[in-house]
Amino acid sequence: MALTHPAAIETALGKELGEELDRIRADIIAARGTDDARYIRTVIATQRSLEAGGRAALAVSLFPPAWAAGTAMLSVAKILENMELGHNILHGQWDWMGDPAIHSATWEWDFLTPAEAWKHTHNHLHHTWTNVVDRDRDLGYVVFRMSGDQRWRPRHLAQPLYNFVLAPLFEWGIALYDLEPDAVAAGRKSWRSLAADLTGFLTKATRQLAKDYVLFPLLAGPSALPCLLGNLTANTVRNLWSHTIIFCGHFPGDVQTFTEEHIDGETRGQWYLRQIQGSANIEGGPLFHVLSGNLGHQIEHHAFPDLPSNRYAEIAPRVRELCEKYGIPYVTGPLWRQYGSTWGRILRFAVPGK
Amino acid sequence: MPELPALASRLLNVASWLTSPLTPDDFLGLLDPLLGARFPVGRVTGVWPETPDAVTLALRPGRGWSGHRPGQYLPVGVEMDGVGQWRTYSLTSVPGREDGLLTITVKVAPDGRVSPQLARRTPPGTVLRLGPAQGEFVLPDRLPSRILLVTAGSGITPVMGMLRTLMSRRPPHPDVVLVHSAPCARDSIFGPELRAARRRLDWLDYVEHHTRPHGRLAPDDLARLCPDWPERETWACGPAALLDAVECHWGRAGLGERLHVERFQWDPVLPPEHDAACGGRVLFTRTGTEVTAGAVTPLLVVGESVGVVMPYGCRRGICFGCLTPLRYGRVRDLRTGEVHDRAGQMIQTCVSAAAGPLALDA
Repeated sequence: MALTHPAAIETALGKELGEELDRIRADIIAARGTDDARYIRTVIATQRSLEAGGRAALAVSLFPPAWAAGTAMLSVAKILENMELGHNILHGQWDWMGDPAIHSATWEWDFLTPAEAWKHTHNHLHHTWTNVVDRDRDLGYVVFRMSGDQRWRPRHLAQPLYNFVLAPLFEWGIALYDLEPDAVAAGRKSWRSLAADLTGFLTKATRQLAKDYVLFPLLAGPSALPCLLGNLTANTVRNLWSHTIIFCGHFPGDVQTFTEEHIDGETRGQWYLRQIQGSANIEGGPLFHVLSGNLGHQIEHHAFPDLPSNRYAEIAPRVRELCEKYGIPYVTGPLWRQYGSTWGRILRFAVPGK
Repeated sequence: MPELPALASRLLNVASWLTSPLTPDDFLGLLDPLLGARFPVGRVTGVWPETPDAVTLALRPGRGWSGHRPGQYLPVGVEMDGVGQWRTYSLTSVPGREDGLLTITVKVAPDGRVSPQLARRTPPGTVLRLGPAQGEFVLPDRLPSRILLVTAGSGITPVMGMLRTLMSRRPPHPDVVLVHSAPCARDSIFGPELRAARRRLDWLDYVEHHTRPHGRLAPDDLARLCPDWPERETWACGPAALLDAVECHWGRAGLGERLHVERFQWDPVLPPEHDAACGGRVLFTRTGTEVTAGAVTPLLVVGESVGVVMPYGCRRGICFGCLTPLRYGRVRDLRTGEVHDRAGQMIQTCVSAAAGPLALDA
């Protein structure tokens, strides 16, 4: 199937769509309160308890059941920490509480790249320019070719291989990506700025690597090696999971991409339209949605990146209804289908052609 | 809860390598919120009425509470509809009480939102955020021999903190006259306790002025109720109208220096003159705006004067609504003179000024 261009939407309709979506947003802002605050605090307490439990079990992981339990708890803790906590808190979804302990300006996450670098490349660049070729670096992460509008180069032939390598090492890929070496090469970023970012990265990474691969194993004494392997496994599981969720949010085959001409004079309604058409949902149960940081509701997240994630499930039927009303494609499907479709896209654009 | 011994603090510092990017406090807080020092809290242990519309709350402060001086007030964060709301209440307890508790007395504002919540819907066990004790309306280390205290309504609360502290001390006591104005005996906060103290203590005279029959307390009443007022060091707290009248009266008598009033405002602490790092260039990193800031101009004002959109709240250091991360450089807390220079630290921009070149994430 050739990718269709974004549904040409009449300006008046676009305005109406924008107003309807703004209304959904206003409803949630008016409704958020005590229950939402309790939700995020519960997730935080659960995540920290799992992490503490996982670390404790891995300290005695010579005993195989302790290794299995510890690794499982730590893996889930790291997934929750990155997806439902880190990603969403750094978006400012919980800033409204005015709690300095749960705030986008103060939060730091259990990931190699510093929160500051992530907020720049993700919140600012990716969420503003979602799926616009040559503007949204997340469209293929500089390495992959994900649209017929992106120029093919021979190195793209190997992109299926890149994906195999990237998935288990995802946090390293993101850390490198956040340094924006490509922007330095293109002259859009100064060497000085790169050096500053590199210092920030090295400071953060030192602590990250020290705790998982040196300090906790040393504390585990005779269990040092299984503890180290447990930590490595937990980080890898988290990497595979976050890579899967993030790739399935924008790269399944039906998701559209855009070019500069589409965003020329873009209105608020058209911005919403691009966010909806440039994202894909993943269907699943409540547990799946919490573990994916509610990014199974990627469409709703992209329309309203700063609304509390626990509200996306409630918004989704309203957004979908609007899409049906205006004839806008709403890409959704179970994880296995979105995952297969993403691989299809990686394979298709590995070779030249639209 | 007292501060930890030095060894334990050092251990926590080492442990931060294990909890990174979180702090050991974040995990201790799971066991009991009072164990976390990063964002100090207190747990309500008792609630009792003082008058029909004033309630006293006893609080057990957690680790991170750094003490207070009698007369100071306490910023209290109350969660309402998920949003933290900050208010200040005078501390009425003696510093360093044996049971470790603090007390505040909350008068319910008829149209208020936060005070009814605190006074009527805060059961024992509730955990409240606490700010550091603030204010310069305090008794001096060297007490004058004769003291006059003038209060009206809930203005009695900081003075009660002072009086209870005096009562807990050994003689000699200063000679104290307290003139308190309230609508009637029943509405007089701490009335029973103070009446009993007057009977018991020879150094304390307590005079109640009731506005229902007699109208507002005026400086002329003071001359009648405490004829030797010009010879007394005076502390006054109450509605602005009373404080204005008292200030004017003392000023006319040339006694302005012997009068201390509580207006819940602060005077900036000036940087030491020989300190070269006064003021400095301020960079607002999100907008890229750069401007030279004075040594006593709050950074919030500095930012707003050049069009930077900054978060703000009460503008007097209470609500923490203006918190902005410091990217690098040094700032001076205008209330205390304390200098902060840790990158990433959240700065209260409404009460902090530049102490050298710095960058704010705004």
